[in-house]
Amino acid sequence: MTNINWKQVQSKTKRFLFGMNFMDGFVFKFIIYFLLVIIGFVFVYPLLVMLSFSLMSLEDLINPMVSQIPTTLYFNNYVDAFIALDYIKVFFQSLVVTLIPAIIQTFIASLVGYGFARFEFPLKKFWMVLVVVVYMIPPQVYLIPRFVLFHNMGLLNNIGSVLVPTTFGQGLNSSIFILIFYQFYKMIPKALDEAAQIDGASRLYIYFKIAIPLSIPSFITSFLFSFVWQWNETYQTFMFLGDGWQTLQTRLAIFVSAAQGNQVTLVEAAQNEAQAMAGNILIMIPMLIVYLILQKQFIEGIDKSGITGE
Amino acid sequence: MKWYQKVLHFIAHKDKNELGIDLLVIFKVIKIKLTNRFREGLMGYMFISIWVIGFLWLTLYPIIMSLVFSFSEVSMPGGQGLNLEPNGLQNYINIVNDVQFITAIQTFVVRVLIYLPLSIIISMIIAILLNQKIKLRGFFRSVFFLPVIIASGPIMATLFGSGERGGLLSTTLNEEVPQQLALFLPEFLAEFVSGMYTHLINILWFSGVQIILFLAGLQKNNKEIYEAASIDGASPWESFWKITLPSLKPIILVSAIYTIVMLSTFPTNEVLYRINVTRQSSFGLASALAWIYFIVVGIILGIVTFLLAYEKKVKAKKQNMEVKR
Repeated sequence: MTNINWKQVQSKTKRFLFGMNFMDGFVFKFIIYFLLVIIGFVFVYPLLVMLSFSLMSLEDLINPMVSQIPTTLYFNNYVDAFIALDYIKVFFQSLVVTLIPAIIQTFIASLVGYGFARFEFPLKKFWMVLVVVVYMIPPQVYLIPRFVLFHNMGLLNNIGSVLVPTTFGQGLNSSIFILIFYQFYKMIPKALDEAAQIDGASRLYIYFKIAIPLSIPSFITSFLFSFVWQWNETYQTFMFLGDGWQTLQTRLAIFVSAAQGNQVTLVEAAQNEAQAMAGNILIMIPMLIVYLILQKQFIEGIDKSGITGE
Repeated sequence: MKWYQKVLHFIAHKDKNELGIDLLVIFKVIKIKLTNRFREGLMGYMFISIWVIGFLWLTLYPIIMSLVFSFSEVSMPGGQGLNLEPNGLQNYINIVNDVQFITAIQTFVVRVLIYLPLSIIISMIIAILLNQKIKLRGFFRSVFFLPVIIASGPIMATLFGSGERGGLLSTTLNEEVPQQLALFLPEFLAEFVSGMYTHLINILWFSGVQIILFLAGLQKNNKEIYEAASIDGASPWESFWKITLPSLKPIILVSAIYTIVMLSTFPTNEVLYRINVTRQSSFGLASALAWIYFIVVGIILGIVTFLLAYEKKVKAKKQNMEVKR
């Protein structure tokens, strides 16, 4: 009697732990979750370090006993960073040089992507290869002459230096967006176009009235990525906009380098660093809010827009 | 009708308006047959023309100019206009003496060699983990994708900066962790381990997009294939190597290219820092540096593409041969 029971228990626990073919057992699940949690922690760890550092008061910074977690929540670093960044005014300046180029870049990418996906014309392969090649060229190769070019045109230090490249499809990572739209428009059946053409619609009419409404998901994805990448871009903004049109990123960079320039004591250095962390987090916050609200569009957009198709 | 509707109408019904007729007349005069094919080509070029103009004007022309710069002494007298004096290979000869740049290039190449395979393997593993039947998949996916949203130049520099621009993580990890590890490990091993940890975080932060790409690739695979394989007696391990990996090959290539380009353009990159510093003093030398860098990146991209795409071509050839037989 007891013997049979014991065997049942044994087989049940075995089934519970290893499942029918190991893949659906408890051990396997546990390993998966364990790994995911560990990796997730490693992902978030730098942010946690940053956050705790930015919340440290002067006493905590000096105190060698306090290395990771601040003893009290100290928000003055944020206040200082807020004032140093001139946050509200510069935030809107950043928004202007992020939002407008993102909209233009998305629209132009869709236009060019549609052209590549829907028409047969001589040298098409050649131009498409060039689109990919442009993406791979390190920008430093063409940025210096482009800087001189914009200097001669009087575009430096104003928003024109950001708008002109994006309008002509040469903005930040424009090639990726063109390829996203190219992939998407290639998936739409050609019969749809033909039907519209028979009804007398011109190609532009088809583009505006059929292709664009169908590709709204691609528009959203491209716009979001364009927006985030432009927001985080510092190299080119610093080069072209300079002091003429400050963004949060350039402002923070100036703040950090100024602080490093006149460091006097270690304490002040630590305090400056804590303020810089607070500034970084203040810059991150708008993107984090966008991400929290629109994370589905961000991630599923990559699947749907079919970058993976090639 | 509002104005924009009028514009749309005008564009849409081109055949009926003055512009359309004008075009027809022009084509009749210069004797071009308005075949459907020609018309389609024309429309195609209309769509891509803005990119073509931008490419010629803002990318190709600057690239050629930068090549010219790299072979000349560039000065801006009075901040107005450029003065180019050809000086042959002088800029390139100067690079040989620029020790900092050469070490930066070496660091970059070594970094690509280490990060590229690790990044692809790690993001593939994470994608496979996420592809299991688990709860909270969306949550984990969002966490892994988070760095893509917030990783800007200053943030990466404060976290992962190295050398003279030390980052928060590299200082805390490289000073504190080795001290603790040194209690029970030999010193060089401790340093190596803690260094690996910083690099690992860095690699993970670079892998957000690749994870999503792999996950999308995995989800395209049919469940039935795996079921069929397991009925035929294949273990999960075997079906990974025989089914999953081959189906992910194109995505491996895309991710590899993405990773290389991202590593080569990221603001914490030492080479870019050197080019930027040089730019302040000499456009010519900076252009030469940029060209050398361009060539290095191009070679890496070429080798990787060749390695990842070569096998496919060989297989295709073999298949062709078999078909012919």
